[in-house]
Amino acid sequence: MSQSVAYIVIHETEYPQCGVPVSLAQHLLHLIPRALPHQLRASAGITIEPDVGRLEHGEDAFGNPVTWLSLDTPHDGLLVRAESHVTVVRRTLPAPADSPPWERVREGFLYRPEPHSRERLDAERYLYASPRVPRDAALADFARQAFTPGLPLLAGARALMDLIFKTFTFDAEATEVNTPVHEVLKRKRGVCQDFAHLMIAALRSIGLPARYMSGYLLTDPPPGKPRLVGADASHAWVAVWCPGHGWIEYDPTNGIQPDLRHVTLGWGRDFQDVSPLRGVILGGLAQAPEVRVTVMPEAEWVERQAQLAKAKADAKAKAPPAPEVEEPEA
Amino acid sequence: MPYRSHLPAAGRRIAPDRPSMSHPLLAHYPYRPDSYDELIGDEDVRPHWQAFVDHIEETGSDTLRGRAAQLERGIQQNGVTYNVYADPRGAGRPWSLDLLPLILPADEWRGIAAAIAQRARLLDTLLGDLYGPQTTLEKGLLPTELVYGHKGFLWPCQGIRPAGGHYLHLYAADLARSPDGRWWVIADRTQAPSGAGYALENRLLVSRAFPDLFRDMQVHTLAGFFRGLQRALAAQAPSDGEPPLSVLLTPGPFNETYFEHVYLARYLGFPLVEGQDLTVRDDTVFLKTVSGLKRVHAILRRLDDDFCDPVELRADSALGVPGLLGAVRAGKVLVANALGSGLLESAALPGFLPGICRHLLGEELAMPSVATWWCGEAPARAEVLDNLRNLVLKPTFPGRSSEVLFGDRLAEDQLDALAARIEAHPTEFVAQELVKLSRAPVWAGGHRRKLRPRAMGLRVYAAITPEGYSVLPGGLARVAGVENTRILTLQKGGSSKDTWVLSDGPVSTFSLLKNVIGVDDLIGETGTLSSRLAENLFWFGRYSERCDAVARLARLALTRLSEGRRTERAGALAVMLDLAAGAGLIDEEAVDGPVVKAELDLFRAVLDRRADHGLAANLQRLSWCATQAREHLSLDHWHALKRLSAEIEACRERASDTSALLEFLDEALTTFVSLSGFAMDTMTRDMGWRLHIVGRRLERLDNLASTLARFLRRYTGLDSQLNRELAVEALLELCDSVITYRTRYRAQPELLPAIHLLAMDEANPHALAFQLRMAGNYLSRFEKSGSPLGMAEFEQAFAGIQVFPWKRLEASTPEADRHAACVLLATRLEALADAGRQLSDRLAMRFFSHVGGNRQATFAA
Repeated sequence: MSQSVAYIVIHETEYPQCGVPVSLAQHLLHLIPRALPHQLRASAGITIEPDVGRLEHGEDAFGNPVTWLSLDTPHDGLLVRAESHVTVVRRTLPAPADSPPWERVREGFLYRPEPHSRERLDAERYLYASPRVPRDAALADFARQAFTPGLPLLAGARALMDLIFKTFTFDAEATEVNTPVHEVLKRKRGVCQDFAHLMIAALRSIGLPARYMSGYLLTDPPPGKPRLVGADASHAWVAVWCPGHGWIEYDPTNGIQPDLRHVTLGWGRDFQDVSPLRGVILGGLAQAPEVRVTVMPEAEWVERQAQLAKAKADAKAKAPPAPEVEEPEA
Repeated sequence: MPYRSHLPAAGRRIAPDRPSMSHPLLAHYPYRPDSYDELIGDEDVRPHWQAFVDHIEETGSDTLRGRAAQLERGIQQNGVTYNVYADPRGAGRPWSLDLLPLILPADEWRGIAAAIAQRARLLDTLLGDLYGPQTTLEKGLLPTELVYGHKGFLWPCQGIRPAGGHYLHLYAADLARSPDGRWWVIADRTQAPSGAGYALENRLLVSRAFPDLFRDMQVHTLAGFFRGLQRALAAQAPSDGEPPLSVLLTPGPFNETYFEHVYLARYLGFPLVEGQDLTVRDDTVFLKTVSGLKRVHAILRRLDDDFCDPVELRADSALGVPGLLGAVRAGKVLVANALGSGLLESAALPGFLPGICRHLLGEELAMPSVATWWCGEAPARAEVLDNLRNLVLKPTFPGRSSEVLFGDRLAEDQLDALAARIEAHPTEFVAQELVKLSRAPVWAGGHRRKLRPRAMGLRVYAAITPEGYSVLPGGLARVAGVENTRILTLQKGGSSKDTWVLSDGPVSTFSLLKNVIGVDDLIGETGTLSSRLAENLFWFGRYSERCDAVARLARLALTRLSEGRRTERAGALAVMLDLAAGAGLIDEEAVDGPVVKAELDLFRAVLDRRADHGLAANLQRLSWCATQAREHLSLDHWHALKRLSAEIEACRERASDTSALLEFLDEALTTFVSLSGFAMDTMTRDMGWRLHIVGRRLERLDNLASTLARFLRRYTGLDSQLNRELAVEALLELCDSVITYRTRYRAQPELLPAIHLLAMDEANPHALAFQLRMAGNYLSRFEKSGSPLGMAEFEQAFAGIQVFPWKRLEASTPEADRHAACVLLATRLEALADAGRQLSDRLAMRFFSHVGGNRQATFAA
């Protein structure tokens, strides 16, 4: 079993040309993976086409890398391309039994007029309602289906993740980017972002801190087919705070605890804090941008580049053969 | 004065048969020992009220009644309103102001002022801590839920150190006085406190009602406070050596306190701007003006902070300035109050302030907050649940619900339900001790001519100055509308009062109203005319003219139609209807169709807003522009438009009454003429005014040229002399030139003189030549100092009419040649109309180009 995997991630966001130029645009990007003990960042960069904007890098209040992009030259069409090279290292997961009963964790966060540790303050950032994550009785009831009395915190989190994974259906048509959590709970359908928000809302509703993780997941191509470029998507999952162990991650969309296949961009209270790209555009037409993501093990990427170079050289040498067209899977 | 003997003893009323007949004002003034009376102490009028009471007793109730009426008129005339201007059709709610001031003595005020300045300093320091190192959270002096769980905690602002170092530039506290005479803070306003402008206006009106008294009693003036704020913003703004430009950012005319925004902006000498007037380039904020982008160094905002930047804060805000937070982060603009300062508007905060004050300032809190329990704390919650009946329950955070519950007014089952809600969501509730409000005398008004006591609260203000926090010596006192109430709100029939703080020394008579405009401001004035305002003034001009033209045409067509389609006059009628069709008022088929069809179309054109070219639709556009350009228009403009909008509604009720419609059109035309008069008579002759006049001239030119062209093309088809005469007569009437024609020619209407009069007569305000000369006047001035507007092409188009062989229109010219001449002239007129439109577009490009473009928020995963 390998102990680490090196990845290349390419995340392209494209506003197509529409004939009406954009005169002014400001964007906030969360597209550079955060450097972490289990995630080494070899390089990361953002480029734009046409190259008429100003890029500034910094850190947001949650410690994530953030990039501000502003364009005040009229432009028709815009491509934002982020390319990162990271190595994800295997983590050891604590045994669920090795965590305190969840009620005790909750009690620990009740206010008392006494000094608090920095660690506790950090956890409390993710304890309350946030723009996309409400807290209420219905969500608490949902959480208690998994968090039975006295259950160790991590066992409860695992059970909640399984509950969502097993009883909810992945359905990209069912929801939109701003479908409320209650709607997801009612319809039992949604995408990774919905399931992450639901799980976070349920956890916070019973008084447990939970944060929204934004990043990518390595997907496997169908058996016998090559991996397609640009066919991946950004991904979202959840981290739960556990005394003594820190933040433990859960992916309710896939029913797994993230390990070597998840690349982390950053985290926040919910999607809104770390959406890969948000902004305001003056002019142009109201067109949704096209997003293309590729997550590929570095080794595979190198091999593929070599193949491409060879094919090119061969093509030059020989008469041009009919190009091989790859049909993406819908 | 012998009134001493008539003062009420505690708990008693003055008996009407006591010698109070000679001192009627204080008779029947009930004294209640269970609350503090601002006017009367245990046995007597309080010393600091003495001079005032002497004065009004001497003055007598008749005179006071007159002054109250004068005050009312002042409010009307100055257009002081609470939530008006929002809807051009809606009725404004006039500001409510009591004749009598609240009077506070010098020594008592010193204590209040010191306490409020300390509190402002404390809250400023606390904001710095919460958006910085958060030591108060670490020490457990404040629950994290009140910060991390507060929608007003703006995460993107965490770690930002604002330019100048302060977060709180203007602060307000709501105070109440308990029966023992002590003052308590009931609520803190840290986001964008309102009311200081109303306090200024109140002062203006009430001091005018008691001019001598005001001077003799040595009342503190207010101007110094605002000058301090002005200076502080200028001094702390990152100006990089430039003369600092401060603006007042408003959410716009739909806000309930828009009047105050306009008033304060004028008073402080700041341009009043909306989010769309500002743009951020390279982390620097600019105001879009008619002379290009001007850097803004300080923004006094009345827009809620989460609406201020759709890029990083609320994405759905259409009111904000994209990129503003970036400019703040880069330290290139001062925003007052700092973005994120709404965080401290929480009912739960006061309970924690004493400890926070000791920690952050090393001082004891000078003025206590009313006793407060946050139910998120278990011991506090237990205490609250035990005493629910005696407490006031409020929501922890603002905005989620404004419900305030008084325990002693709840029935047993309601109390149980409340207790259950508190148990279920303890962190969302705050309990406060019920303060029995003090009472101040109000002028009862009407025939009662008496003073009555009313529950009272006082909003006081502190502002940062280069020397620290200064407190406005005065404030906005609010009194209840009815005798026994505990909630002071201006929306529920309450009223306001001026607050007189007495000085024990001579007071400054300095006033910002007189002194603020220096030479620099005069020069700067046109330079900071925002593009949006300029555009609205330009279109206000165009729509005024357009409404006038539409109303005139509709009236003419309706009158002629009501005479029926008599065969011998049918030709002339058809010409008029053809013009109406050309203007989009009726269908083309209605020109020669049944009378009733044309009439129905005309009704619709006048009354139905969905008729795009009609009067109602254009009137709505006109009103919108007026709303947007409110600060540049006189109240007369405003009232005239409001009346007209009301009349159109009334007329719509009686939809099929032709005579009512004609009456309305007469009224409308009078109004449009008045608007034109107001523009000449009451508007300041600045850049905005010039653009307004150019708008009027270009619109009239467009309308006139198109009308003449269409008329000429149709005229050639008229066969009888009678019809020709009638048609020309109607044209003169339509172009409001009948009298001019008669004085010139004293003859029957004929084509050549009529057309010539409408095209070439520079002295006729309804002639093309006149529009050209007047517009050209200003346009050539604009052209000298900027990009070309294409005046030459415009003048060339007019030259085509000047050199037109007018002789060919003479009655003696052979019929066919005359027809050809008519068509030729029509073609040239159309070319002129076209040139006018192009000029208008170029004007828009030059002056308003920053305005356009639709804005969208975008999210991508």
